[in-house]
Amino acid sequence: MNSLTRTENQALARAVLELDVNNHAGVMSHVVGLFSRRAYNVEAILVMPVGNGQTSRIWLLVNEDERLEQMVKQVEKLEDVLAVRRHGAEHEVFIRLEEFFR
Amino acid sequence: MSREAPESLSGAQIVVRLLERQGIRTLAGIPGGAILPIYDALSASKLIHHVLARHEQGGGFMAQGMARATGRPAVCMASSGPGATNLLTAIADAKLDSIPLVAITGQVPRAMIGTDAFQEVDTYGLSIPITKHNFLVGSAEELLQVIPRAFQIAASGRPGPVLVDIPKDVQNQVVEVAEWPAPGGADPLPPPAADLISRAAEMINGAVRPILYLGGGVVHSGAAAAAVALAEKASLPTVMTLMALGAMPVDHQLSLGMLGMHGARCTNLALDECDLLIAVGARFDDRATGKVAGFCPQAQIVHIDIDPSELDKIKTAHVGIAGDVGAVLQRLLPAVDGARREAWLARVATLKAEHPLRTPGIDDPRTPYGLIRAVADCLDDEATITTDVGQHQMWVAQAYPLRRPRQWLTSGGLGTMGFGMPAAIGAALAEPQRTVVCFSGDGSILMNIQELVTAAEEGVNVKIVLMNNSSLGLVFQQQTLFYGERIYASKFKGMPDFVRVAEGFGVPAIDLDGVSDPRAALAAALSARGPMLIHAGIEMREQVLPMVPPGAANKDMIGG
Repeated sequence: MNSLTRTENQALARAVLELDVNNHAGVMSHVVGLFSRRAYNVEAILVMPVGNGQTSRIWLLVNEDERLEQMVKQVEKLEDVLAVRRHGAEHEVFIRLEEFFR
Repeated sequence: MSREAPESLSGAQIVVRLLERQGIRTLAGIPGGAILPIYDALSASKLIHHVLARHEQGGGFMAQGMARATGRPAVCMASSGPGATNLLTAIADAKLDSIPLVAITGQVPRAMIGTDAFQEVDTYGLSIPITKHNFLVGSAEELLQVIPRAFQIAASGRPGPVLVDIPKDVQNQVVEVAEWPAPGGADPLPPPAADLISRAAEMINGAVRPILYLGGGVVHSGAAAAAVALAEKASLPTVMTLMALGAMPVDHQLSLGMLGMHGARCTNLALDECDLLIAVGARFDDRATGKVAGFCPQAQIVHIDIDPSELDKIKTAHVGIAGDVGAVLQRLLPAVDGARREAWLARVATLKAEHPLRTPGIDDPRTPYGLIRAVADCLDDEATITTDVGQHQMWVAQAYPLRRPRQWLTSGGLGTMGFGMPAAIGAALAEPQRTVVCFSGDGSILMNIQELVTAAEEGVNVKIVLMNNSSLGLVFQQQTLFYGERIYASKFKGMPDFVRVAEGFGVPAIDLDGVSDPRAALAAALSARGPMLIHAGIEMREQVLPMVPPGAANKDMIGG
């Protein structure tokens, strides 16, 4: 994804998911396991603790396909996931990271 | 939280006390090195009866039997490593059928995790995809939140299994406990959206050929009576999934019995003609729908489910209502008009008359259907019926007169051979006043045969009806029908003497093949207390019919 421009990103119909999660060992496994069991590739992942570190925010870049709605519902069901927000590929979070991947 | 005099307790003692406070009185498991502190604490419990399974999978299915029979979360235990891996199948089975289960596993001490220690396996990682949620406990103190939370998660919303992995040093860690948490129970759910209920009611009122499609969620929610009331008020012909059997008595005039791969032709044909499908606590499983594009092709869909992720998963609903199906049905009932639907009910009656479920041999107890009917004739609706997985399971699903929710315990989603006998033991432990009949096959019974000794040890009132066709019957049938009769690896060459096997385990047994009056022998066997194995030979070429070929639409059934 490092070489993708903003337009190319949109052309591939990607989506950015923003998850608020509890911050402890295993939470990431729960989240990515939902994708890997469906052979649904996660193109990019970014995680940082927020505030006092009790919770983290996970950003996922995924291809937009017909399974995405079901994926979001499945992610929402995880006990350690507090909220899920869905953004379009134009979201800046990964685009601004690109300079670290050159 | 309740305050009591502070006590110094080990993690293991805390676990046992919390289980007692949850109301757990029976649990099943097998001890081993990494869970010995909990077993030591368990030995001091005056409230909990521990049932010693002979394989952890058996213990897991016993807990499932308790949970399925009562609807309350049940507990199984295993040690680390192989103990935990042996439990996984029973946990996965509970996940697919939405059964509330709390599995407690021992783990190597925290300092040894990740060192490939003796009997160490990543139980947490292994159980992520097959549990509703799981925990690796980091301190004895944490147990005070984790254990009640595990029960709360298992019972709330769509029920499911929760695993709690407890390192041995956490079990041994002593802490002061001054306050006890409240036992974990199901969270209350928000009421369903009123506007969606009115839209669903409008659709039902406006439908000409509606069908009510009940799934296991109706049983889990305790909503069987509400579902029958809705069907009766609005004159809705009703189909049930494998998991919902018993929700509406099979001989109710609106019942079309089980739908799908081995449903009656009239059932699948009625679905093919319906203009409205009201799915309640059902998930459009492929064995129920057949080829999805050909499932109820003319129908609009109202879908009611406690799990929002089930709505629109397989079929897009015209009205999707997320909520407890019991609560939704309760609100839907006053909103629907009483209707007689004479034309549609007449059409369904014609379909039933022209394409009924054919049960050849039903009057002959030496045939599959006849044996099942003969067993039913000896029992009333208070009996609980479990099955293993295979031809016998489908024959029983088709032919046993199930009339009571939670009367029928079967492995639906995962389809686990080896489920039936330990589940029956669990059901009998939970409800000792009932007769529990486990229909099994010669393939399935061998997958957890060791639990016969547990049945003998506990003296449970479990009757195993072993339908022996010397083969893996459904495999044999599929090879016959769809693989050019190339029968491979499905006929058993060696066959144990099951009567002697049972007797060797301490379970009395009879062979119906060798008696002159099988009905009288069955009646005597089923009325005695305690475990019993009833062996009956079945012709190898008997098939479960009708059948929707894999990948076909439900209306294109073969046979029957």
